[in-house]
Amino acid sequence: MSDIASRVKAIIVEKLGVDEAEVTPEASFTNDLGADSLDTVELIMEFEKEFNVAIPDDQAENISTVGQAISYLEKNVNN
Amino acid sequence: MELKRVVVTGLGALTPLGNDVSSYWDGLINGVSGAAPITHFDASKFKTQFACEVKGFDPHNHMDRKEARKVDPFVQYAIASTDEAVKDAGLEFDNLDRNRIGVIWGSGIGGLTTFTEEVANFSKGDGTPRFNPFFIPKMLVDIAPGHISMRHGLRGPNFSAVSACASSTNAMIDAFNYIRMGMADIIITGGSEATINEAGIGGFNAMHALSTRNDDPKTASRPFDKDRDGFVSGEGSGAIILESLEHALARGAKIYAEVAGGGMSADAHHITASHPDGLGAKLAMSKAIADANLNYSDIDYINVHGTSTPVGDISETKAIIDLFGEQAYRLNISSTKSMTGHLLGAAGAIEAMASILSVKHDIVPPTINHFTDDPAIDNNLNFTFNKAQKREVNAALSNTFGFGGHNASIIVKKYHS
Repeated sequence: MSDIASRVKAIIVEKLGVDEAEVTPEASFTNDLGADSLDTVELIMEFEKEFNVAIPDDQAENISTVGQAISYLEKNVNN
Repeated sequence: MELKRVVVTGLGALTPLGNDVSSYWDGLINGVSGAAPITHFDASKFKTQFACEVKGFDPHNHMDRKEARKVDPFVQYAIASTDEAVKDAGLEFDNLDRNRIGVIWGSGIGGLTTFTEEVANFSKGDGTPRFNPFFIPKMLVDIAPGHISMRHGLRGPNFSAVSACASSTNAMIDAFNYIRMGMADIIITGGSEATINEAGIGGFNAMHALSTRNDDPKTASRPFDKDRDGFVSGEGSGAIILESLEHALARGAKIYAEVAGGGMSADAHHITASHPDGLGAKLAMSKAIADANLNYSDIDYINVHGTSTPVGDISETKAIIDLFGEQAYRLNISSTKSMTGHLLGAAGAIEAMASILSVKHDIVPPTINHFTDDPAIDNNLNFTFNKAQKREVNAALSNTFGFGGHNASIIVKKYHS
């Protein structure tokens, strides 16, 4: 697992209070991990803070699963 | 319209004296002070460095980590105390009509800790707004009754009453009125406050409202003492289950006491100072006694607002003497803030609870920390100084007054079928 992936998962476990085993790449924040719309906004903000990136709203709308978050950040974060 | 009778069927408390009703009451009748140096933040630069904090509270004993993170401490406190009250009242919501059960909750300020943290974060940044999406719904006063309704699926009347330090008394009077008018069977009422933080202590310090007796916190809250120098900040929550008598009897509930009446008024005088002659206080008390259809001689105990400020204690005493006349001298009077500190919007709830338990147990909790009589106060009154007193308490009146000039008084009495 990449460094980005493990940090993303840690944020999701912390913010959504879910078990790490549930945080699979296919898992949807809202359908599988119990997030509501405000939780999802908070997650995006946490990703921005953790990785020091700005995720525009139109991009954020396309991030609804764990895997989508990881791949977006892997493409847009300067290591 | 014939008004229904309303009774108290459950209690829950989270206070500086103890984290449930029995430890709270034990602390009250044993004259324990809840004051100690502040632990919630570094108060070393503040004029006041002590308060009456809730001790040893772990929100995770009451809600999961995710839920605890999304609510301000004043809501965590509300949830903990309402859980105790619901259990105490034996409420099994699956067997009741949830549409007829409401929540009316008081808080003077709401999520001040949340507000402070979010605004501090913003001011530390470069001006880009990065507010947490839970900022507003964590901070709002009315989110406390909202969360309580969601926790139990209660769909009756639901809102907050806000009148600073009178808030939870206003909430209880509203609950009483809704039930007696037949608009709900049960209402979870009371209030919570959690303002022992930089903004709360700093703000009240700026007004010179707080005691600065840093060398002796436990004797700092000394209502009616000559050397009182301001109130001591407190925090916590009190939950009271009010229920129509017929509903309580039908489900075989235990009954602590009956709510007899409520009275409300405004000073129309000053933003923070009480009227020097206690005009508003007198009006609230007299309205409550008339509402209760009682005589002045029927009241045995007044749990006063008595915050330990130089001016307020005098005007409240004047109001009592003026209103009760000779009857004032047969009353027991006490300020339990001498022990709990001032819980602001939750004060009315825990003090009404002290009154309810006083009526139930025939014991009046004391005003502790009395050392020197104040010549400006008539010390022929019985302020129940320093030690609890046993007496028959058939009816008790609880006063609360808030910044803005709001006054609210509520009367509870022994329940007789």
